Amino acid sequence: MMHLYDVPLAFALVGLVLYTVLAGADFGAGAWRLLAGRGGVGERIRDHAHHSMGPVWEANHVWLIFVLTVMWTAYPAAFGSIASTLSVPLLLAAIGIIVRGAAYALRTGAQTPRELRAIDGVSAISSIVTPFALGAAVGGIASRRVPVGNATGQLFSSWLNPTSGLIGGLAIATSAYLAAVYLAADAERIGERELAQAFRARALAAGIAAGAVALGGLAVLHADAHPLYRALIRGSALGALISSIVAGCLTLMLVWRRRFEAARYTAALAVAAIIAGWGLAQHPLLLPGLTVAQAAAPHDTLIAIVVVVIAGGALLFPSLGLLFGLLLSGRLDRDRAQAPSGPTGRALLAASAAGLLGRGAAVALVMGVGFLTIAEAPWAHIIGVVSLCAFIVLGFAALAPTDAGLPED
Amino acid sequence: MSTTAAALAPAHQRYLLEARQMQALSFAVHIPLVCFGIAFPAMVLFVEWLYQRTGDEVYRTLARRWSKVMLALFAVGVITGTILSFEMGLLWPNFTGTFGGVFGLGFAIEGFSFFMEAIFIGIYVYGWDRLPGRLHFASGIPVVLAGLSGSLMVISVNAWMNHPSGFRLVGGHVADVHPLAALFGNAYLWHELVHMYLAGYIVTGFLVAGVYAAGRLRGRWGRYERAALAIPLTVAALAAPAQVLVGDWAARDVAHSQPVKLAAIEGLARTTRGASEHVLGWYTDGRVRYGIAIPKLLSLLAFHDPNATVQGLDTVSASQRPPVNVVRIAFQLMVAIGTLLALFGVLYLVVRVRRKRLPESVWFYRALVAAGPLSVVALIAGWVVTEVGRQPWVVYRVMLTSQAVTGAGGIPVGYATLALVYIGVAAAVAWVLRRLARVPLHAAGGD
Repeated sequence: MMHLYDVPLAFALVGLVLYTVLAGADFGAGAWRLLAGRGGVGERIRDHAHHSMGPVWEANHVWLIFVLTVMWTAYPAAFGSIASTLSVPLLLAAIGIIVRGAAYALRTGAQTPRELRAIDGVSAISSIVTPFALGAAVGGIASRRVPVGNATGQLFSSWLNPTSGLIGGLAIATSAYLAAVYLAADAERIGERELAQAFRARALAAGIAAGAVALGGLAVLHADAHPLYRALIRGSALGALISSIVAGCLTLMLVWRRRFEAARYTAALAVAAIIAGWGLAQHPLLLPGLTVAQAAAPHDTLIAIVVVVIAGGALLFPSLGLLFGLLLSGRLDRDRAQAPSGPTGRALLAASAAGLLGRGAAVALVMGVGFLTIAEAPWAHIIGVVSLCAFIVLGFAALAPTDAGLPED
Repeated sequence: MSTTAAALAPAHQRYLLEARQMQALSFAVHIPLVCFGIAFPAMVLFVEWLYQRTGDEVYRTLARRWSKVMLALFAVGVITGTILSFEMGLLWPNFTGTFGGVFGLGFAIEGFSFFMEAIFIGIYVYGWDRLPGRLHFASGIPVVLAGLSGSLMVISVNAWMNHPSGFRLVGGHVADVHPLAALFGNAYLWHELVHMYLAGYIVTGFLVAGVYAAGRLRGRWGRYERAALAIPLTVAALAAPAQVLVGDWAARDVAHSQPVKLAAIEGLARTTRGASEHVLGWYTDGRVRYGIAIPKLLSLLAFHDPNATVQGLDTVSASQRPPVNVVRIAFQLMVAIGTLLALFGVLYLVVRVRRKRLPESVWFYRALVAAGPLSVVALIAGWVVTEVGRQPWVVYRVMLTSQAVTGAGGIPVGYATLALVYIGVAAAVAWVLRRLARVPLHAAGGD
């Protein structure tokens, strides 16, 4: 039975799944660039890894911000406890994100292979640090090492422990695996057989590694996080775990048979199931001694955040659908560029219209002074602000050069 | 369920000042990028619209080159924005832990704005020549709107911190929480929003125009450069005088809602009837020394009455006053630069209207090169006034900054690391912008 206070947590977990399968693939692609090596094929691998992420990079990373904002709005005390005790791995993750993003921006200006290699090297290191640090932080929460309170947990052992090591390692392996599957699919789509072959091999290797870490990790959890282990092997959490194993095996099979497009989705499903399993195993406890119900913000806030997420989602998912639709159908590919169709030449703004606009701008400015500066009532201030905006817009319309050949003399 | 919410407790922190500086550094890096997020998409879209109307290749080249810069700066803005959301918990867990249920919603909505911006900026920039003209233009419109809604959300949280409402505090827990009223039913929100939104256009306009002014001084001055200079400069030149009026409105709101902040801005030690305004000078021993006093002007400006009583710093105990000189100097710096930029804007507008051409004086272009960085200084100074002027409170008269801070160790290490990383990022951004600027014009059409 799901209560209102559980709903934002479910949203946050969905956000975490999407961050892992979308941004995780970006981090993994960074790691593959590091391992791509020199020479023609290495360069093409790196180039491919960058370009197939390009249009979606920013959107993928916003999922983390979504998770953070939902958590601190709906479960403020839990968020404060987690962030203050796990400050070290979170700062490491943050720095990794800065470096990754800066490298992404830098690549738009890079020209020589040497520059590209240097940028990819730096970015790849951060691509390993960030998933590990975030995974280690999750491990600290899952192994109950984050008590309620302002930095009341251990600064280091809260995230340097067997469970954190396991989940951090799993995050790296999963990222690499997802990236290889996606990149193989992209390469196949643009007809790069050789690249698809290269990423197929990587996907198989990383998939087996990720699966081995995940299964071997159960032994680590048995020893280090026994309550979590016990919860994972029963009930709905066990169902999620089995789904993950099935989806993982299915993905390997699909990759083996070069059905990359379908493998994209089963790979994402395998990762989603692990995160769902964690959530189910830990429920209803958020932190030691703090249930989800106890951590939840007041009723009005919960209603507001649920409404906002649903309304935002109604706007967001069609937009994301458009972006990924364009991306996956190849409409944003580099070789799709066409010569621009010549627009219909139209007459420029007539000079008399410009004069009229200029006078309108002057009137708006006078109104702005009157209503915003001299008058004191709030309603007058509204008129004043609108007038000032009108001044800027009308003035711009009157003065903006509509012919680039704006004469100098 | 609402009564059982757990609470965090204030913790002792030796490095409170370092924590505040680390936060301030992160803001100072992020806010100029926000300006580009607010204003640059609209300018790029305007240029594309010109291209679609006229068919002139110059506009197409310009819009494409600007959109590449826009994407690079947006990417850096995404990461610096992510750092800020981390710091909400890393540095101020007790603030977020106590009041997240009140203000957090604003950031959650802002997250969706950020999403829309990120999605459509991707479609827009990668969609050049791949999407039909009208559709491509339309894909840029959500980017502009998301810039507006995003700043509305972030400013609503800041306005709430300065003028908190919409909750009660019972034994360290919030009760009777009405997040929508707290964020959007707040009269303090509107002047802050308009002030920041205009600042976005001023900073972007002067910085972008300044780049081409520097080019003109080196002899690069064709049709392309003239358009690239005139468009952002016209925006900034119109917004700068309007900003003076908005700033005056903001100061009057501060006088009403945060009298201690106003007293710090003016260096007014004692509550005074018919208070004078002091220009320049240094606040020490309860008065402004070496300043120029203009009788009754402060009362007139703040309350539209030359004999109005203005509250002094003496209305609160010494421990509840912000550092006067920091706030005061930042304010004077902002006002001085803002006034100069407004005059500079008017000068440009007069030349454009009367002579129907761009100014010719080399000094005009030298001043324009300086205007961009100066506008950034004014922007940061303005935020210093708002944020340092609110000290020692994080939530005005509700929670002290020292109660909000983390109890975790290692703040100086984190601060130093982040500062080094930001220096690296600044160097990287400078490098990539120079690189993008050096691509020959005829090659900028493709990628």
